[in-house]
Amino acid sequence: MGGYIVKRLISAIPVLFGITVIVFLIMSLIPGDPATAILGSYATPENVAKLNRDLGLDRSLAERYFIWLFNMVQGDFGRSYSLNRPVIDEVLERFNATLILAGTSFVICSVLGILAGVVSAARQYGWADKAITFTVLIGISVPSFFLGMMMILLFAVNLRWLPVSGMYAIYGGGDLWDLLRHLVMPALALSAVATGVIARLARSAMLEVLRQDYIRTARAKGVPERRVIMGHALRAAMVSIIPVLGIQAGFVLSGSVYIEIVFQWPGAGRMLVEAILTRDLLLVQGGVVFIAACYVFFNILVDVAQSLLDPRIKT
Amino acid sequence: MIFSNWTRRAMLGAGAVALGALAAPLAATAQTPPNVLIVGQIAEPKSLDPAAVTAVNDFRILVNLYEGLTRYKSGTLEPGPALATDWDISEDGTEYTFHLREGVTFHDGTPFNAEAVTFNFDRMLNEDHPYHDTGPFPLAFFFSAIKSTKAVDDMTVKFTLNAPYAPFLSNLAYPTGLMVSPAAIKEHGKEIGRHPVGTGPFKFVEWESNQRVVVDRYEDYWGDNAAAEAVVFRPITDANTRVAEMLAGGIDLMVEVPPTSLAQFEGDQYTLHEQAGPHVWFLILNTREGPFADMKVRQAANYAINKEAIVNDVLEGTATVAAGPTPPAFAWAHSDDLEPYPYDPDKAKALLKEAGAEGAELTFYVTEGGSGMLDPVPMGTAIQADLEAVGFDVTIETYEWNTFLGEVNPGLEGKADMAEMAWMTNDPDTLPYLTLRSQAMPSEGGFNSGYYSNEKVDELLAAARTSTDQGERAKLYREMQQIVHDEAPWVFVANWKQNAVTSGRVENFTLQPSFFLRLKDVVKN
Repeated sequence: MGGYIVKRLISAIPVLFGITVIVFLIMSLIPGDPATAILGSYATPENVAKLNRDLGLDRSLAERYFIWLFNMVQGDFGRSYSLNRPVIDEVLERFNATLILAGTSFVICSVLGILAGVVSAARQYGWADKAITFTVLIGISVPSFFLGMMMILLFAVNLRWLPVSGMYAIYGGGDLWDLLRHLVMPALALSAVATGVIARLARSAMLEVLRQDYIRTARAKGVPERRVIMGHALRAAMVSIIPVLGIQAGFVLSGSVYIEIVFQWPGAGRMLVEAILTRDLLLVQGGVVFIAACYVFFNILVDVAQSLLDPRIKT
Repeated sequence: MIFSNWTRRAMLGAGAVALGALAAPLAATAQTPPNVLIVGQIAEPKSLDPAAVTAVNDFRILVNLYEGLTRYKSGTLEPGPALATDWDISEDGTEYTFHLREGVTFHDGTPFNAEAVTFNFDRMLNEDHPYHDTGPFPLAFFFSAIKSTKAVDDMTVKFTLNAPYAPFLSNLAYPTGLMVSPAAIKEHGKEIGRHPVGTGPFKFVEWESNQRVVVDRYEDYWGDNAAAEAVVFRPITDANTRVAEMLAGGIDLMVEVPPTSLAQFEGDQYTLHEQAGPHVWFLILNTREGPFADMKVRQAANYAINKEAIVNDVLEGTATVAAGPTPPAFAWAHSDDLEPYPYDPDKAKALLKEAGAEGAELTFYVTEGGSGMLDPVPMGTAIQADLEAVGFDVTIETYEWNTFLGEVNPGLEGKADMAEMAWMTNDPDTLPYLTLRSQAMPSEGGFNSGYYSNEKVDELLAAARTSTDQGERAKLYREMQQIVHDEAPWVFVANWKQNAVTSGRVENFTLQPSFFLRLKDVVKN
């Protein structure tokens, strides 16, 4: 087992190295440079050259890459030009906010999605099934940012139940309750599409299982319907639902970019978008490498966990 | 059926609990506290070190924390006294001696004096200064005319310039010239941008990334104390969200209201503020090659475009039609005799016929958005339609802002016939000096991307820059504006009116033509 983990960790090194090369090259090759972005209208060639010198961008591409890589290996991700603070501070802070949002959304879409799918399947063609199928279709079809704006209009502007945007109240607040109130709308808006997808899948998986002979046997034996559904059928259906949950987790994470913009959530997605627009090279590079590294290690973790459950994988 | 009962009950129960829990304590949501003004900004500040930033969004916070030697008199773009009470200018216009205000302290308690002034300018301009590495200072060239800065005595500072440079006083009023506490720079070094210490009516309390910047009233301020106890600046990048926050009462003051949302703030609950600024939105025409090398075709373009429609319909009245290269906000230098080119498609057609340029093909650079660019895509398509109506054949090429600048700033030759552009400046000298002189071609480091060249304009601008007499300068600028208007190296389109909305609980707020946000006297009930 130890050997397997070490092998996986070593195999991650070239992947991460490749990511640093790709993100560095993309950021260097897109038109526009940080000095022009900072100077705006005042970007004369002379001013740009001076600022590039001050920012250390007058060195060759290879030189800049290796300085960046060398510093990063030592834990120094550099300073963001546009925010005037260390990249790693910003990335950690923002990534934390994204995890809170995306994590909550993931829990919501898993629980609601599976529940809706189960109810739908249990009452196939009944009123509950029709209502759920209809709602689910809307959930899948409405773009999340639009849904977010509509929720703001209804719940924050008209009813004034919830705050419009942000993560904590501007004055006072700062506790868990405050966070939850700010989290409700963005988390629901973000989970809408994924909930729909999971619900549809859970419904068909359940229907598949409910047609099996052993379900009929269970019912014939007089097992209560609730136990048949939740105990016998759902347990079997989960086998095909779980892989989809993993895929939806990725969608929720990437979908958070729009939601972070609409709800002014201080997350990493919005940070990257803004950093790209201001050509904040080190922040984009550092942010992407950090997120990629997290993703790679998460995958290793999953593989290791699977190999623990299923010894056949360990080769 | 048991299962069916269970779900229905559970669902209803859960829904009721959720609604009840959310609604009960929330009736008071979005009530901002009294005496604390909450401002909706358009973005997170980049830094709170005035020497390090370039964006109006940052300036709006800075002018409340810091002060400079001069500042624009309220409601104008004319420099008046601030931390300097008065000044003498030598006959030849190269020596400026400033007498500093007595009894001023920085928020950290250290005194403001001549040493502090020289420290600030040396930090920015002198590469050997021990704290020059707290930069970079992108707008330091505003003060590139300074040869030396000397403390004559504790309360007197003398600047020696390389050559007479008339915009010097107004550059001192610009945020790049705001005074930072030397003690704070020594203590925080590169982190000074997150620990700002100035002499202004508000002092810094905290900056939570992407959430808020909080400033409190500075009790030892040299003048009248600020009216509000505190101001909170919130970055809200999405304009629709900013509008929603204003409607929900989460902010008291919102800047840059999108034109399409203005109607939502009519009525007694809100006050809408408008103020024309030193902004001009124009089309650069390529005067070196192609159809626009002919002055008649350039004039035809000016006649062909319906600027009234752009200003009123696309921009919903948030701008006025521009008549020439100098915005009316520079009241002292603007030529009131200048009339905008009227919308006259027939005249445009006649001019095109005269020039033999009917059906000329044009490549038009449009940007997706950028500082001061307002609504560039709809404006660009409206312009395209107007030009095609008189017989031009216009192809639009659209670029993201930084890419766009990278295409336009090096000059349009061989690439395009026209490009959108907008500038906001602090002195009538800046824009024409950088964009309309023969010596300001892109090859020489200027921004004359359309290659306009007129010897008389060159002479007028050089003379206006060296004269220290404002009346004399005004005369020269007016003459320049008339020539540029007639020769039409640009299509003059719009002057932006900055806008803001305040809630009924805010009093005493006015917008400044500088686009800065002065909040000292603003009352929040």
